[in-house]
Amino acid sequence: MKPILFVMPIVQLAVLAYTADFTVKNINIFIQDQDKSTISQGLINKIDASDNFVLTQVSYSDFDGIEAMQSNNVDVILSIPQNFSKDMNTNSHTIVSITADAINGTKAGISINYLQNIISDYIKEYAAQKGMVNTKAGIEIVKRDWFNPMLNYKYFMVPGILVLLVTMIALFLSGMNIVREKEIGTIEQLNVTPIKKYQFIIGKLLPFLIIGLIEFTIGIGVALLWFKVPFVGSVLLMYLFTTVYLVLILGMGMLISTITDTQQQALFLSWFFSVIFILMSGLFTPVESMPIWAQKITLFNPIMYYTEVIRLVMLKGSTFSSISFHFIVISSSAVVINILAMLNYRKTT
Amino acid sequence: MINIKNIKKSYGDITAVDDITIHVRKGQLFGLIGPDGAGKTSLFRMLTSLLIPDEGSAVIMGYDTVKDYRKVRNILGYMPERFSLYMDLSVEENLNFFATVFNTTIEENYHLIKDIYKVLEPFKDRRAGDLSGGMKQKLALCCALIHKPEVLLLDEPTTGVDPVSRKEFWEMLKSLQTKGFTTFVSTPFLDDAELCDEVALIQDGKILDMDSPQNIAKKYPHKLWSISASNNYKLLRAIGNYEKKKSAFAFGNSVHLATANEVEIEEIQNYLKSIIDYDFEIKPIEPNIEDAFMELMKEE
Repeated sequence: MKPILFVMPIVQLAVLAYTADFTVKNINIFIQDQDKSTISQGLINKIDASDNFVLTQVSYSDFDGIEAMQSNNVDVILSIPQNFSKDMNTNSHTIVSITADAINGTKAGISINYLQNIISDYIKEYAAQKGMVNTKAGIEIVKRDWFNPMLNYKYFMVPGILVLLVTMIALFLSGMNIVREKEIGTIEQLNVTPIKKYQFIIGKLLPFLIIGLIEFTIGIGVALLWFKVPFVGSVLLMYLFTTVYLVLILGMGMLISTITDTQQQALFLSWFFSVIFILMSGLFTPVESMPIWAQKITLFNPIMYYTEVIRLVMLKGSTFSSISFHFIVISSSAVVINILAMLNYRKTT
Repeated sequence: MINIKNIKKSYGDITAVDDITIHVRKGQLFGLIGPDGAGKTSLFRMLTSLLIPDEGSAVIMGYDTVKDYRKVRNILGYMPERFSLYMDLSVEENLNFFATVFNTTIEENYHLIKDIYKVLEPFKDRRAGDLSGGMKQKLALCCALIHKPEVLLLDEPTTGVDPVSRKEFWEMLKSLQTKGFTTFVSTPFLDDAELCDEVALIQDGKILDMDSPQNIAKKYPHKLWSISASNNYKLLRAIGNYEKKKSAFAFGNSVHLATANEVEIEEIQNYLKSIIDYDFEIKPIEPNIEDAFMELMKEE
């Protein structure tokens, strides 16, 4: 069992950091070129040269590639109309159609977005070449991404996966623990001893806290050494916050453990909470884009606070004063939850 | 020492313990004998303060199991029905753990467990989960003794243990008695009963009888005969039809027949001779507690 605890974080980080990638690559594109001109060929070449698209087929006829999309060989179809080059040269209105397979909505949205960028870039370039005044080029937006200038998604995801790791380990280890003793019957023997409730809970908490911190250390190590994620803020502050956070999550596990009778019940409850907390944590989708009622719920979501803090401290170098609200919320909930767990742990039935 | 007074516990509609009163004196080896589901474990869990009685009370050495549960937990050595030590800790670690929980050390009370522990000592680094059934019970007893309790509460310690280990276990209990322990032990085995100073027979949450095993056996209301023949099956059928029989059952190689007290040996002999055509042997026997308990259960 022991190696699993320590191999798991490394594998989890290694696998997830490469796979939980929001940039969409290898989009299969089918292009129907009815214009058959050098201008349309230029556009096809530009798309083909892009990292994001894989050109599967170009059709110069009526054949529109819908069958290919139906058999899942094509994600996006671009259709260039007959008088595309003519419209370009006369600077008049032209319509190209983009059809995306929206089974995976996120991928479809992003693909269309990429394609639009390429097309408008191409039109702009072409217009500049010809010395034409581009109708769309009113304002040019120059963007810069602070704290993660290359928009390296790993900088963003790795700390997030670290959050998952620490949370799951803590919640499941503690959630299964007392209930396991109930199942095996060891709790029966322990309950007739003069051991005090707080001693019992602390005895259960401490080992898992240490394991959690070791896991965190391994995770941070992998993040820094392998993924080269920058650690701008204070390491000490991160450990302090992680400790408090772990106490909270372990307390939640204890509470689950005390209210359930079997490991199965405990497992279901732990999953229920962890899935909701993780999906609503802002780890994968920004909290700001959730409906207002959901945003209010996330105020009670410890993973949301921890995700924010780890990103703030690691990537932005925030100091205690900027995370003091998070700290107060997490530490006070840790106290409340652990007291509840302590009160709920009954030696008698 | 242990004063159980009109204690009652029900789970929903089922009354597990129904108005039980038991008094255990200091230094006694007291047996609670009854079949599965009689309410033995519920009674034990109330004595150990793990279960709160609906009515009545249990007082151990002057401490009420509900009000003074903390005191009670300190003076009890409890062995639950199910093996409840940590399977993934070694023998020694388990013992050490329970000593520490009670604020003591193995060394301090080693003299109490020495006789039992010396059998376990060669395996002290083995995980408790890997021990045999008999060994597990010995370790559990050591762990229950390590904090020098005043009272030992053992809930079916010999269930699931082989006959040899069972005998050994009772010998250990006897020797613990000489060290001054008061022991309250439950068992479903009637032959364990004879080893107790006093027993209470329990069924369906009620006490059927409570006395020394000898006295309970004496209360057996009928005359008991042991009959043996070469063909037990035919014999049993013949006896089954005997009009003066109170009860009859196979007992090892012989058949035990209970009759009213006024029945004489000649009457039975004459009856059997008229039915079976081969030799048989019949002799009167002293009833033991087993016969008495069977009879009591039948009356209920």
